[in-house]
Amino acid sequence: MAFVARSLTLDLIRAEVLATGQVVADSVRCVQCGVCSYNCPIGLDVRAYVWCNAAIEDPRCLTCGQCIARCPRGVLRFAPTDHSRA
Amino acid sequence: MGLRYVIVGAGVAGIAAAESLRTREPSASVTVVTDDPAGFYSRPGLAYYLSGLIPETQLFPRSPAELRALGLTWVQARANQLDPYAHRLILADGQTLAYDKLLLATGARAALPDFPGSELDGIVTLDSLADTRSIVRRARQGLQAVVVGGGITALEIAEGLNARGCRVHYMLRGARYWANVLDPDESQLVEDHLRATGIILHHHSQIREAIGKRGRLIAVETMAGERIPCALLAVAIGTHPRLDLAQSGRLKLDRGILTDAYLKTSAEDVLAAGDVAQVYNEVTGKATLDTLWATARAHGEAAAATMAGIPTPYRRTVAQNVTLLAGIPTTIIGSVGSGEDADLVAIARGDSETWRMAGSAWVVVDPHPVNRLRLMLGEQTLKGALVMGDQTLSRPLQRLIAANADLTPIRQALLADKSAIAHLIMSFYAEWEQSHADKR
Ligand SMILES: Cc1cc2nc3c(=O)[nH]c(=O)nc-3n(C[C@H](O)[C@H](O)[C@H](O)COP(=O)(O)OP(=O)(O)OC[C@H]3O[C@@H](n4cnc5c(N)ncnc54)[C@H](O)[C@@H]3O)c2cc1C
Ligand code: SF4
Ligand code: SF4
Repeated sequence: MAFVARSLTLDLIRAEVLATGQVVADSVRCVQCGVCSYNCPIGLDVRAYVWCNAAIEDPRCLTCGQCIARCPRGVLRFAPTDHSRA
Repeated sequence: MGLRYVIVGAGVAGIAAAESLRTREPSASVTVVTDDPAGFYSRPGLAYYLSGLIPETQLFPRSPAELRALGLTWVQARANQLDPYAHRLILADGQTLAYDKLLLATGARAALPDFPGSELDGIVTLDSLADTRSIVRRARQGLQAVVVGGGITALEIAEGLNARGCRVHYMLRGARYWANVLDPDESQLVEDHLRATGIILHHHSQIREAIGKRGRLIAVETMAGERIPCALLAVAIGTHPRLDLAQSGRLKLDRGILTDAYLKTSAEDVLAAGDVAQVYNEVTGKATLDTLWATARAHGEAAAATMAGIPTPYRRTVAQNVTLLAGIPTTIIGSVGSGEDADLVAIARGDSETWRMAGSAWVVVDPHPVNRLRLMLGEQTLKGALVMGDQTLSRPLQRLIAANADLTPIRQALLADKSAIAHLIMSFYAEWEQSHADKR
């Protein structure tokens, strides 16, 4: 099944996010399907962070945006590190 | 001795309650009774397992070790009877289980078809992991399959079977898909996408009979007399709360188990949460059902607090669901439609009854061909919104609707220039967020 990328501007903002941002969640949208964790190239359990409505604070996170792009429910997004908890 | 807490059901409502009780009372006895041997898994995730997006192992949000660490007593059995006076449950094997506080989180089950032949092998519903495994086992390349029903689940099954190489016929009773939530253009968009992936749509089409040979499905016959050969028929015509246990305890029922805002049922020390609970809304004076993951979780957490002696009402948020409809990311927030859907006999999965309470509201549509934005504009506030495609606006809209934000400053402009609504909402939201943040 073809997946529509969440945002076409993803690649453009990626470089910026790498320096100043992190992945944050809007957990009420999440159904714990695990698609995000399954697609994280370094095997972070993104879903577990989302359950706690926490930002992905693991320093290993590449901010590659795979989890954001693959989540079928628009739960995840990049946000500047200082305002991580929306 | 601490209180004995018993929870029936290991879905998200039951597990959220169990985790919450454990945090509140680290040494209390918490027992979870479930008749599903697969335990706790993501039910909405079943659709992604069916379409091949994730493997089965990915469906479990908790590892066995994490579950063990919670220190729950796990009873794998069906609870058959409830005696609220004696504070006792009777399990299928005859064992009894005493409780001080009981939570019924028994969920909902797919409504079964009633046409002749509906008992044939090859007719399936999608409720549980076992159902999904059985569909995956049957769904071979080139197999002819028919899907009937509406809402998200029917679509997900049709797409899942299609992704597995089946030749899928999707039969709709009415003129279009999900007529009481989507508007005609949105239905069209979804149907076009389905056709583009090879799914064959049949409108105004209803099954008269399922035809079998030696107990196995071989075809369906429609009311119009058309015969479609098929080895698989998936039925997704809605869900019914699982009420048997509550019934046996003579709890007050309507379509679900009736509860007050604190999720307390008519029986002392018995609460209900999740898909099974029909919860009283103090604002509307009505009790409604939801079949939403986030709502079930919030119910579970509120019920646990009340059970632990801190009366906590379930705080309603605006009902919303974000999903892929035929591959199009779609967010439905608040009230967006009205009336009945001929393809559903009851509330569909991933659905909320409040989505059909739109009443009189102005409809404003951004006419962009791929990305669609529909706002249900009340006198001063937004009552609902549907965002298809680009999701940039879905979070701002969710916040504005939840907060009942006063849109008077841009209301006329929204009605006047439909092509500008996305821009108007975004700039209004930016200012609103700012003033909101200042006030805090
Ligand atoms: C295919 C599919 C797609 C969905 N899509 C969405 C979606 O897009 N968005 C969304 O928000 N929601 C969606 N949902 C709905 C969501 O999964 C439910 O709202 C949620 O799972 C409800 O949780 P619950 O804990 O109330 O009940 P359930 O998850 O149904 O759990 C109930 C549990 O109780 C057990 N049980 C019942 N009776 C007994 C008994 N007598 N004795 C012992 N055990 C018993 C059952 O075995 C089960 O484990 C979908 C569901 C399905 C199946
Ligand atoms: S992919 Fe999205 S919906 Fe699924 S678990 Fe991850 S954040 Fe939640
Ligand atoms: S941004 Fe990339 S590395 Fe970070 S959690 Fe998401 S998928 Fe994993």
